[in-house]
Amino acid sequence: MLALDRVGKTYPNGVHALERFSANIKLGEIVAIIGGSGCGKSTLLRAIAGLDRATTGTVTLDDIAITAPHAKIGIIFQEPRLLPWLSVADNIGFGLSELSAAARREKVARALDRVGLADKANAWPRELSGGQAQRVAIARALVPQPEVLLLDEPFSALDAFTRRDLQDHLLDLWNDTRPTLMLVTHDVDEAVVLADRVLVMRPRPGRLFEEIKVNLARPRDRNSPHFDNFKRRVLTALDRSLDRNVPDADAKSTTGEAMWW
Amino acid sequence: MAMTVELPALERTDATTPETKASSARLRRYAGPALGLLLPVGLALAWEIAVWAGLSNGRLVPPPTKIFATMVELAKSGELSRHIIATLSRVASGFILGVVAGTLFGAISGYWGLARRLLDPTVQALRAIPSIAWVPLFILWLGIFETSKIALIAVGVFFPVYLGVMGAILSVDRKIVEVGRTFRLSGPAMIRRILLPAVLPAYVVALRVGLGLGWMFVVAAEFMGASEGLGYLLIDGQQLGKPAQIVAAIVIFAILGKTTDWLIEIATAPLLRWQDAFGGKSGAA
Repeated sequence: MLALDRVGKTYPNGVHALERFSANIKLGEIVAIIGGSGCGKSTLLRAIAGLDRATTGTVTLDDIAITAPHAKIGIIFQEPRLLPWLSVADNIGFGLSELSAAARREKVARALDRVGLADKANAWPRELSGGQAQRVAIARALVPQPEVLLLDEPFSALDAFTRRDLQDHLLDLWNDTRPTLMLVTHDVDEAVVLADRVLVMRPRPGRLFEEIKVNLARPRDRNSPHFDNFKRRVLTALDRSLDRNVPDADAKSTTGEAMWW
Repeated sequence: MAMTVELPALERTDATTPETKASSARLRRYAGPALGLLLPVGLALAWEIAVWAGLSNGRLVPPPTKIFATMVELAKSGELSRHIIATLSRVASGFILGVVAGTLFGAISGYWGLARRLLDPTVQALRAIPSIAWVPLFILWLGIFETSKIALIAVGVFFPVYLGVMGAILSVDRKIVEVGRTFRLSGPAMIRRILLPAVLPAYVVALRVGLGLGWMFVVAAEFMGASEGLGYLLIDGQQLGKPAQIVAAIVIFAILGKTTDWLIEIATAPLLRWQDAFGGKSGAA
């Protein structure tokens, strides 16, 4: 279980990016974090990844405090961030340097197959389209079989069609080993398609505003009325989170219990 | 550098002059590169004709055939190879020394902020000194023979390599470094797997600039009293009034400079195939 206990972050320049964010995320759960810009979404993700340290509170994964990048936690960024001097196959195998060459080759081949890029194994990253590159990034992060996979707006730079395609693909891959997914997004559609739980954050300072459980069976039909219903709920919560006149009483759901309707 | 670009063309003048007319049809097909040859070949041809027609005696500006004849003469006597070897070995030693030192200090300054704050201001101050200004001191310290010459060349090579390496390390994309961090690379692994490949393109450029300066400084070094070397040929040509010998030495400098630069390009091209840049394709050509 991934436990976030009153995680807060103040940057050295005095910006108070995140305040007392608490959540418990079960193994295999998919959580989407959504909110206006400057609500500390990426800050939170970077703290969980161990790339930045939280100034207050703790991040623990299976009772291990996370203060630096950890083998059980993988991350996918907004940009693919492939290493341009490595072939697609070597990029995917980048995190497997402890394995023998043969074992690595086999895992990489399977991953390539799984993301549908077997024919691109020896291509350079520059030869890939944006969607293909992001698929390689997903494969690179999943191949070491992390327990938690963090995604920081992973599909926001892609066109709508490719984005849908990759969302479905991500779910498909997730189904293989069922890691915990924690996804930061701007896209309400994406949050509702993927997540078991949507955490809506409010800015200045960033904190948890509302939690919405999406209990829709997978695969989810993007055109069903239920789906629309959840989308509307998330949108409403987002609107309220950005309205500065919302009375504090309305934010009672920060305790994490008022998400039933 | 502009000299190096122009002069190989001058050299080719000698080779192509006799057959220029015969191959004019072929030239039209290779119009692109041929266009660059038009001016130098034309000028050389015009000058050759002017001297041949008696419009000039060609004493101070020798015609291409005379330059070529001088080169052949020097080559036949075995003197040419002696001078070339002397100059080449000086450039090679100075270049290697300068590259090793520049890479080492550049890497230290680029990697450790503290070392940069400590080291870089001094290096930059030294860089501001015109390198030729070291010559008297080097001669006093190291004598007039090889050591002082090699030291001067090494100084010339050092600065561009140092700056190139430091700048390249400082400008490595933070996002790529973060990928290394998420995979928990140790310090040495980070250097080997992320930093080294990332700085390689800029490093190759730094090496080429360094080599260019090495060729520049070998002339300065050989001016300060040498009994052999292409720089000696220049001085000798001036003192004995042999302009053909001077131009011949200049042409050979151009050929050697261009060839060594091309060798670096060829040797590093396989390592840089991955590059996705505007000029990326020209590396292979």
